[in-house]
Amino acid sequence: MRAADTLMESLKAEGVKHVFGIPGGANLPIYDAVVDADFRHVQARHEQGAGHAAEGYSRASGRVGVAFATSGPGATNLITAIADAMMDSTPTVFITGQVKTELIGTDGFQEADVLGATLPFVKHSFQVTDPRQIPEYVHEAFHIAATGRPGPVLLDIPTDLSRADIDYEPRTEPVELPGYKPSTEGNTKQIRIAAKAMANARRPILYTGGGVINANASEELRELAGSDRFPVTSTLMGLGGFPASSDQWLGMLGMHGTFSANFAMDKADLIVAIGARFDDRITGKLAEFAPHAKVIHIDIDPAEISKNVGAHIPIVGDVKQVLPKLTREYRALQTDSSRLDVWWESIRGWQQEHPLYYAPGKDGEIKPQFMIEALHRATKGEAIVTSDVGQHQMWTAQYYGFEKPRHWINSGGLGTMGFGLPAAIGAQVACPDETVVCVAGDGSLIMNIQELATCVTEQIPVKVFLMNNGYMGMVRQWQELFWDRRYSAVDMSGSPDWVKLAEAFGATGMRCENADELEGAMVQALETEGPVLMDVRVTAEENCYPMIPPGNAARDMVEAPREGVR
Amino acid sequence: MEAGTPQAIKLEDLHLPGQLSGRKHVLSILVENKPGVLARVAGLFSRRGFNIDTLAVGPTDDPSISRITLTLDGAVHPIDQVTKQLHKLINVLKIRDMEPEETVAREMALFKVSSAVENRAEIIQFAEIFRAKIVDVARRTMTIEVTGSADKIEAFERMVRPHGLVEMVRTGEIAIARGGD
Repeated sequence: MRAADTLMESLKAEGVKHVFGIPGGANLPIYDAVVDADFRHVQARHEQGAGHAAEGYSRASGRVGVAFATSGPGATNLITAIADAMMDSTPTVFITGQVKTELIGTDGFQEADVLGATLPFVKHSFQVTDPRQIPEYVHEAFHIAATGRPGPVLLDIPTDLSRADIDYEPRTEPVELPGYKPSTEGNTKQIRIAAKAMANARRPILYTGGGVINANASEELRELAGSDRFPVTSTLMGLGGFPASSDQWLGMLGMHGTFSANFAMDKADLIVAIGARFDDRITGKLAEFAPHAKVIHIDIDPAEISKNVGAHIPIVGDVKQVLPKLTREYRALQTDSSRLDVWWESIRGWQQEHPLYYAPGKDGEIKPQFMIEALHRATKGEAIVTSDVGQHQMWTAQYYGFEKPRHWINSGGLGTMGFGLPAAIGAQVACPDETVVCVAGDGSLIMNIQELATCVTEQIPVKVFLMNNGYMGMVRQWQELFWDRRYSAVDMSGSPDWVKLAEAFGATGMRCENADELEGAMVQALETEGPVLMDVRVTAEENCYPMIPPGNAARDMVEAPREGVR
Repeated sequence: MEAGTPQAIKLEDLHLPGQLSGRKHVLSILVENKPGVLARVAGLFSRRGFNIDTLAVGPTDDPSISRITLTLDGAVHPIDQVTKQLHKLINVLKIRDMEPEETVAREMALFKVSSAVENRAEIIQFAEIFRAKIVDVARRTMTIEVTGSADKIEAFERMVRPHGLVEMVRTGEIAIARGGD
């Protein structure tokens, strides 16, 4: 069998149903095999788009996302998506064509050392040197991508080798890699100690992250939180892992987190970190982070434990396996829940005095926060929401109120502008029956707008709600607050006419400039068949609050100026 | 009640272990003998900001496995974090942070020293004291091979430098655990 065909067979054996990609010279044999392959191939318009679509697909479904690209520029275009998948631990397999073996190292046409270039951004990578390796490497790549702390795996195949003829033997046996054995169970004794520490805590908080989503452990998290009245906060990546409607939910923490979540972390005597990694956007000034707290850190990746913040009780394991054990141990201690009364009193006080706040718009002005609230109502809070990166991303995180896991898909670690639209494509392909919306920024959307063509030609009915403030808003906010309002290269007022642009692509274009009409217009957009791009004109110079200024501690957080108050 | 688990865990009794050991560490790393493995290890060190003092790579008794021996300063880098990051590399099989008292560590160095007729005898004497070998003699220089701990090599360097050190090459340390296991 031709090696390229064994690649398709191998992907099929891994359960692959969808692949995103773009052909080129060095992956011609692969694309010839795609014609007869058993999966749907979604033809993207730029390799970065294909890569983010694979990520969105994975994040919405929990399955491994797959993208193809050719050698050289095809492969280098993919790199942003690979780095993004690494930072957000997204299980993905990227398969690139490479120049033929005899040309490797000669600076041949469309040659790029993609293996070398991606070394810092991959969980692992393979370059095929013998076509018979293909089935084996695919099998190993999927295993590595999906297990342990998930991440991207690159498979680079020289074009002469994908044309070769080999005997195909399906690889289905369990993968045995001597240097890769993630521990998943969690040390029983450590879990017991953790339960006891929790029983002795007066001011505990559960600080959860994307690991809860990756591990499909929302149910287990709810059980743990419910075993006592533990307050719960989450990182940007963990939103939806715990229902926002719960009265134990404090909202997101970190740079643009809620006052109550950040103050609870600051005053806590015990932080239970669950699948979260104490990123600088969470801790702010590290030396002043959570000064009173002892730390229980549960993570599948031992290297995350005590990397940024020291863990007093480290537990290495899959949170899905560890949390039920911790809940059981904790329940067995039959702790008196009333010890948390004083703690909850403080928290309720912060919540009442410092809720999320924005000054309401006047005369039909659409406040960006209002836009997200309207989107929540229009979608009944049930949509899968992707976003780009910037103010609109933070407002969506603050105001949408995610109830379920895998419904919030954004670029958290790398912060990739232009992520939202292709990620929505992937999410919609993975979940054809769900409403998939992309909340975009006008600075971000244009970075991958070409993927609107993918939506149209592949009939992927994502609804894009563009939060259009005429600026690259988050950068403008920083220039306003920290750079003396010297605006530099943030003006986006020269953007195209988005409605006409959508129509030029063959999608439906809409515009809304009045708050009173917004929700109705959104419902109409959601009911429209096929892809829709709605240009929503929001307040131009609104700032995203609350905010912990960079390099500051939680207690230095700045809130939105309130009307009538100071 | 499992042995070793205290009845009650008081939060104030929980303490963090120190991150920095303050001494030199020798890491003995077994890796799969595959293309690109050294690049992965070296790349990890550079991107995490870990500074390698010495590095030696060679085969082991098993042709499919290579050994990387590297030394780094535990006063600057949290060794625990270094080894955990290394363990994330799929091709890294085993890492041993060699205990100084239980380890035999050796390095080899070649010194090319200017040796005029009048100081030649003195250099030969140094070599004897250090149990070094003279491996090449030319009209104006001598080349001396020294094997030993890094300290010994540095001591030898201090002795011959005043005579004119033309060139020095060091291998970086390799190490093996003492005793039977």
